[in-house]
Amino acid sequence: MIKLDSKIPPGQIQEKWTNHKFNMKLVNPANKRKYDIIVVGTGLAGASAAASLAELGYNVTVLTYHDSPRRAHSIAAQGGVNAAKNYPNDGDSIYRLFYDTLKGGDYRSREANVYRLAEVSNNIIDQCVAQGVPFAREYGGHLDNRSFGGALVSRTFYSRSITGQQLLLGAYSALSRQVGLGKIKMFTRREMLEVVVVDGTARGVVARNLVTGEIENYSAHAVCLATGGYSRVFYLSTNAMYCNATAAWRAHKKGAVFANPCFTQIHPTCLPLHGDQQSKLTLMSESLRNDGRVWVPLKPGDKRKPKDIPERERDYILERKYPTYGNLAPRDISSRAAKEACDEGKGVGDTGQAVYLDFADSIKRLGKKVIDERYGNLFEMYELITAENPWEVPMRIYPAPHYTMGGIWVDYNLMSSIPGLFVLGEANFSDHGANRLGASALMQGLADGYFVIPYTIGDYLAGTKFGTVKNDNPEFKKEVDNINDLTKKLLSIKGKRTTDDIHRQLGRIMWNKVGMARNEKGLKDAIKEIRDLREEFWQNVNVPGSGEDLNISLEKAGRVADFLELGELMAVDGLDRNESCGGHFREEYQYEDGEAKRNDKKYAYVSAWEYKKAGDWKLIKESLNFEFLKPTVRSYK
Amino acid sequence: MSGNMNLTLKIWRQKNANAVGGFETFNVKNISLDSSFLEMLDILNEELELKGVEPVAFEHDCREGICGACSLVINGRPHGPLDKITTCQLHMRHFKDGDIIWIEPWRAKAFPVIKDLIVDRTSFDKIIQAGGFVSVDTGGVPDANAILISKESIETATDAAACIGCGACVAACKNASAMLFVSAKVSQFAVLPQGQPERYLRVEAMVKRMDELGFGSCTNTYACEAECPKGISIRNIARMNRDYFMSKIKSENVEM
Repeated sequence: MIKLDSKIPPGQIQEKWTNHKFNMKLVNPANKRKYDIIVVGTGLAGASAAASLAELGYNVTVLTYHDSPRRAHSIAAQGGVNAAKNYPNDGDSIYRLFYDTLKGGDYRSREANVYRLAEVSNNIIDQCVAQGVPFAREYGGHLDNRSFGGALVSRTFYSRSITGQQLLLGAYSALSRQVGLGKIKMFTRREMLEVVVVDGTARGVVARNLVTGEIENYSAHAVCLATGGYSRVFYLSTNAMYCNATAAWRAHKKGAVFANPCFTQIHPTCLPLHGDQQSKLTLMSESLRNDGRVWVPLKPGDKRKPKDIPERERDYILERKYPTYGNLAPRDISSRAAKEACDEGKGVGDTGQAVYLDFADSIKRLGKKVIDERYGNLFEMYELITAENPWEVPMRIYPAPHYTMGGIWVDYNLMSSIPGLFVLGEANFSDHGANRLGASALMQGLADGYFVIPYTIGDYLAGTKFGTVKNDNPEFKKEVDNINDLTKKLLSIKGKRTTDDIHRQLGRIMWNKVGMARNEKGLKDAIKEIRDLREEFWQNVNVPGSGEDLNISLEKAGRVADFLELGELMAVDGLDRNESCGGHFREEYQYEDGEAKRNDKKYAYVSAWEYKKAGDWKLIKESLNFEFLKPTVRSYK
Repeated sequence: MSGNMNLTLKIWRQKNANAVGGFETFNVKNISLDSSFLEMLDILNEELELKGVEPVAFEHDCREGICGACSLVINGRPHGPLDKITTCQLHMRHFKDGDIIWIEPWRAKAFPVIKDLIVDRTSFDKIIQAGGFVSVDTGGVPDANAILISKESIETATDAAACIGCGACVAACKNASAMLFVSAKVSQFAVLPQGQPERYLRVEAMVKRMDELGFGSCTNTYACEAECPKGISIRNIARMNRDYFMSKIKSENVEM
């Protein structure tokens, strides 16, 4: 049986990380080159970790399924990255960022992790600026800030609406420098398919060369997964098309317990669906809510054009319900408000599944030039996709699956329940609780990669006695055989449905029953339907081609097979958690005004699920102790 | 907008890098005007999969125009008929019912075809590895506001840094030159204070690597700028040429 120890250091919250850094063992600089570390994934967390570890002197091997490390989906983040610099002199501090993030996560994350995140946030900005990341500046040459949801201070650093791209290119340039220096061995178009565990510790990975189909072995002393989130389980999401849970899921099946799988974030400002040929949903930065006002017609079924609906017949839903935070209420709350309005028949557009995001007042107040400077490219993007001009007609927006707070369970050192397997960024569960605030994903990815893992992995390496494990170890052979069997099986089914078709059906189940609002019956139905669908997949999917060359059908099928298991666990977890918190809204548990009703007495714990076999998990509870911030009802009114 | 259309597609298919490729004809039906170009290809691919035929391999990922993975020369133009967008941002409302659409991969010596419409762009990564960075390790950096940067410089740097590394500039150029890509990265750092210490070493190293990788020379046709989905300006090439010239004056790496 797996026992979980969060390894949270003792002491005052402000001292935990400092003391821990001192207490951790160090690897002698001359010995670092004797250690091999594998990093899987090259998004913000993976690229920053790989670069930082290589700079320290470790031998780093990096794998990505992309053609280039610069393609990772971190690149699509638009709005910004939070830090407690307090440059605007508006009352920010590390403690306030800690407070906002813990509260934003609805008190379902670890205090110590969140505090550390806030603590290193300032270093991230310094680091990125030193790399030449072009953050927006004021006329005097100082850094500019903007506001984001869930905060009353301006602490978000940004680069137009391409902050994720600029931060990723910063980390990518640091990684590329180490590749050029020979400290990183970079393998592109490699999909990690198994973690290799020898004598109970992670000692390597097995990956498929996506061009030749060859299954390759990589051995190491430690493995870092930075493989992102699992929103693509919903089929339609804001995630990139290749985003998948396979690396994390295969690690889970090897013994890494999976935490809070039902904590998923539905982002409020996405473009609505155009029809059933849709392949993904497009996000527009939440920063739009700084100047855009969300509204619906007061009367259900009002089909008039927005400009014909007078002010008094509009319902500015967020401003009415949450006067303090208004249009900047956190994501889960804003998404739910939009869904409620649409459920009441007040939705707009052809489908009735959208609400307006209106800039008319801001354009009047600030002028077209200012709005253009702030959101010009988002306006262009909107028009390109919808063929509507947001300067004249309000945007239509609707929530879409976006980010997954759940992920592989890790301790304070970012190590999973498999010793030697570390998990970074969105792939782990650690910092955002039941809801992530805007501009905090970039912060966490870079915090983990630049400023946490370089310390904690040294402690593990220095404190562990390693036997010799090479690529020809029998454990590798075993994994390769398993993968080859799986490939053969997928290719031999030759059924009547495409992988995408089955994936779309899974997505509909997840969206309707494990989406923005959940209930006991729906979750139970979902479990059954997913099981049936999984069975159908293994009987009736059609995967053409061979395993011996580039085969996009095969890649997709392997990933969907994993989603079909993960989806079930999300429903199982949602069913266990008889409370509403953050992105997990159980209809049975709400206050009279429709706000989420948390149950701290019974559910102030992390749900960590140990894999037994397909469809069978054991729940391990890690209780959350709030020593410094007492959980209160989260109010943004 | 609604309404559907039927199209004929002439798509380049090539089994692998060593195989001889050629165009194959496909028909797709009932394509929504609101669908994206890649969604149209998804529909084709699903039909092929159902028939047990291997789908057309093409590269794509974010479908928001930022990751740089998608490519495709559509009717002779990289990223299709519209200016300043990527293929994934192209919507079918820009085509007509009954159109014949030609779809090809990027074509350049430095971007060999891997399969069908997928090409190998690792040469771009290799150029960055040669010098597309500020040499700074993690930690030990000054406070972010200790480095003051004028609004003008940051705007110029951001314009250049917006490059997504898709390779359309190379595909558009008759010489398959990578000058626009390389100059964008060189420029980003050339106008920022952080980039100054390595300014001339950087341009020298990156240009050298670019030449070694088989990219052609720039003959100022501006095709790269015209096809760049991010509107990267050829002013960057002029800036890089100036810096490259200076680097040769200042360089210690004199080749006799």
